[in-house]
Amino acid sequence: MNKSVFLGALTVAALSAGAAAAATLDDVKAAGVLKCGVNPGTPGFAAPDANGVYQGFDVDICRAVAAAVFGDATKVEYVPLDSSQRFTSLSTGEIDLLARNTTWTFVRDVDLKNEFVGVNYYDGQGFIVPKALGVSSAKELDGATVCIETGTTTELNLADYFRANSMSYQAVPVATFEEAQSQFLAGACDVYTTDASALAAARSAFATPSDYVVLPEIISKEPLGPLVRQDDGAWGDVARWTLNAMIAAEELGITSANVGEMAAGTDNPEINRMLGVEGGLGDMIGLPNDWVVQILTQVGNYGESFERNVGEDTPIGLSRGLNAQWKDGGLLYAPPFR
Amino acid sequence: MSNLDAETVQFVRETMIPPSAPPGRETGAVKWMRENLFSSWFNVIMTLLAIWFIWHFFVPMIPWFVNGVWNADSLRECREILDGRTGGCFAVLSERWKQLLFGFYPQTEYWRPILMFIWLAVAAAPIMFDNLPRKLLIATAIYPFAMVWLIWGGSIWGVLSVAAGFGLGYVAFKFADRKLEGLIPLLVGLAVAVVWWLFLRGPVAGGLQSILPFGLPSVGSRELGGFLICLIIGVSGIALSLPIGIILALGRISNLPLVKMICVGFIEFIRGVPLITLLFVASLLLNYFLPPKVTFDLVLRVIVMVTLFSSAYLAEVIRGGLAALPKGQYEAADALGLSYWQAQRLIIMPQALKISIPGIVNSFIGLFMDTSLVMFIGIFDMLGLAKAIRANTAWIGIYWELYIFIGLVFWVCCFGMSQYSQWLERKLRTDHH
Repeated sequence: MNKSVFLGALTVAALSAGAAAAATLDDVKAAGVLKCGVNPGTPGFAAPDANGVYQGFDVDICRAVAAAVFGDATKVEYVPLDSSQRFTSLSTGEIDLLARNTTWTFVRDVDLKNEFVGVNYYDGQGFIVPKALGVSSAKELDGATVCIETGTTTELNLADYFRANSMSYQAVPVATFEEAQSQFLAGACDVYTTDASALAAARSAFATPSDYVVLPEIISKEPLGPLVRQDDGAWGDVARWTLNAMIAAEELGITSANVGEMAAGTDNPEINRMLGVEGGLGDMIGLPNDWVVQILTQVGNYGESFERNVGEDTPIGLSRGLNAQWKDGGLLYAPPFR
Repeated sequence: MSNLDAETVQFVRETMIPPSAPPGRETGAVKWMRENLFSSWFNVIMTLLAIWFIWHFFVPMIPWFVNGVWNADSLRECREILDGRTGGCFAVLSERWKQLLFGFYPQTEYWRPILMFIWLAVAAAPIMFDNLPRKLLIATAIYPFAMVWLIWGGSIWGVLSVAAGFGLGYVAFKFADRKLEGLIPLLVGLAVAVVWWLFLRGPVAGGLQSILPFGLPSVGSRELGGFLICLIIGVSGIALSLPIGIILALGRISNLPLVKMICVGFIEFIRGVPLITLLFVASLLLNYFLPPKVTFDLVLRVIVMVTLFSSAYLAEVIRGGLAALPKGQYEAADALGLSYWQAQRLIIMPQALKISIPGIVNSFIGLFMDTSLVMFIGIFDMLGLAKAIRANTAWIGIYWELYIFIGLVFWVCCFGMSQYSQWLERKLRTDHH
């Protein structure tokens, strides 16, 4: 008897949780702050600086959404999340947006009831080797010892890749990114494999980065993107079009430097629609008409964010690669603002 | 004629010969080494092994400390300054030590946690040393409320009104105690306090705040971190788990089957679950069970879980102390006509707790160390911060400097606790060896 009452109460609680979560944009506006789930520390993507202010490429998504909603990119409460907690935190409403280098997969999208709003970084698994090994392609790695983080998709990808190319390898299992680095530097393995962005970050920390090379092969698809709960399409639109605005702005040549000038009106109708000079797109999405202006003034366009956090002038030194605009041979292709 | 007669004894010395220095091999460093390092063949071998060990493992570390760089903006800059020599990059500590101690606490408000540290010392002193003036206990009684207000800020009336609940409950208890018998006054006091907290406190505090606004800027739980969060969780956990542990221990050996069952069930359940599981429940599952919009503060949830966990272990430690007391002590208390609680307070507990001191302190040190597990639920303790600091492009790849600092902070705290407990044991010794 007691048990059924308890379960009943749980059901009611769960149902009301679902119902209350629906108008996220209104809730966020009422709270006056965007609760954004981030990685507690990935070089270049999210990390608190000396003043405790989060910086990074993923963090810029949170800041952009806050700029769009409030006109103030600082109105974000960052919730650092472990990879095991991130989806639970999102579905329980502890956070409104998850921007934590999360790979977009079928199960995460469909079964876990999330909505990925786009891809802000196309990553993939790569290899790093000491230059002294004299290897220039992953196809030459037959018989190598490989440092690999256990229980990850990278482990499975590695096995698949070596099998497909009928090569053999000897795995040196490690638990964390840090252990992997120290094992690799100590020479416990010939090769270290993980996501290419992490490899670049690891390499930048080595005492002599030039003694190590990242091999050209990328053996898996890791589209990383921000996501929201599936139950609120309107809120998903806000996040999706914030990301699209950053990408489209780069394509159209709007930067944080010239956005003020362009917001006065240009000859390009799409720019005018984006910046709220014409069309009233802001009203449709439930945001102030200058929402894109706020994003671009305070955060910048996709390219600016990329160069500031992970680009070639930073210690991480990632090249645009797949993350270039479609016109430059990359995969970034924002739908039109119309 | 005696032998001592002046005529038979030629010479009588009238002053003592000054003691001559002992032979060289019986003094100072040589003697100490002979006795402690080279007293037997076995010890000679062990000493040589130890010297070899120190030479090979610790001497190479000296340049690492001596060459350490304290002023640089990044690990790369450290490496440039060192220019190939071995040396630590302690610059990360000069840049981030405040963050390691206070987390993301706003820098302009640092005086608040610092005042809290000092107040903690003052509040703990009269409990730890009985030769201090008893009036200091007032500072101890105010401390819990002061700590909450100092750390989290907000209106002072919020905290005062919670404190007032205790006062009102106590007054009601005293009043009822004069007229009524048994447990009823206690229940009356409790009821008054609960009614105050649930229904009257909010409006009264709000009203007072609007008439007489006074408060500190609010600081969210997410901004706490580093050593500060360890201290908050550790101290709250220690202070709350000791009384709960004592009650659980007494409950477990109680003759009342219901009480006993509940206590045994609780202790065995908590001891059967790892702390990290409880913390995950606190951080994730509670959200599913609570109605939407009802959110408990994350730090509060952690304190509750840590307290429950630690009290179950303490209960068993104290039960060990109770079991070690001779049966005669219990019988003597009964023979004196003391009630159950009087006997516990005057005879049983002082002895049982004294016996349990090493175990209790052991649990406390364990609890304090366990606070670093909050890293896994997204609270930045010192270890979590070390990870976050390493995620900055300036400091990727820096390990030892941060870990040594953190280890040192923990060691100072835990060594302090252990020294205090040994002092307490010596002070409470009643046998005469």
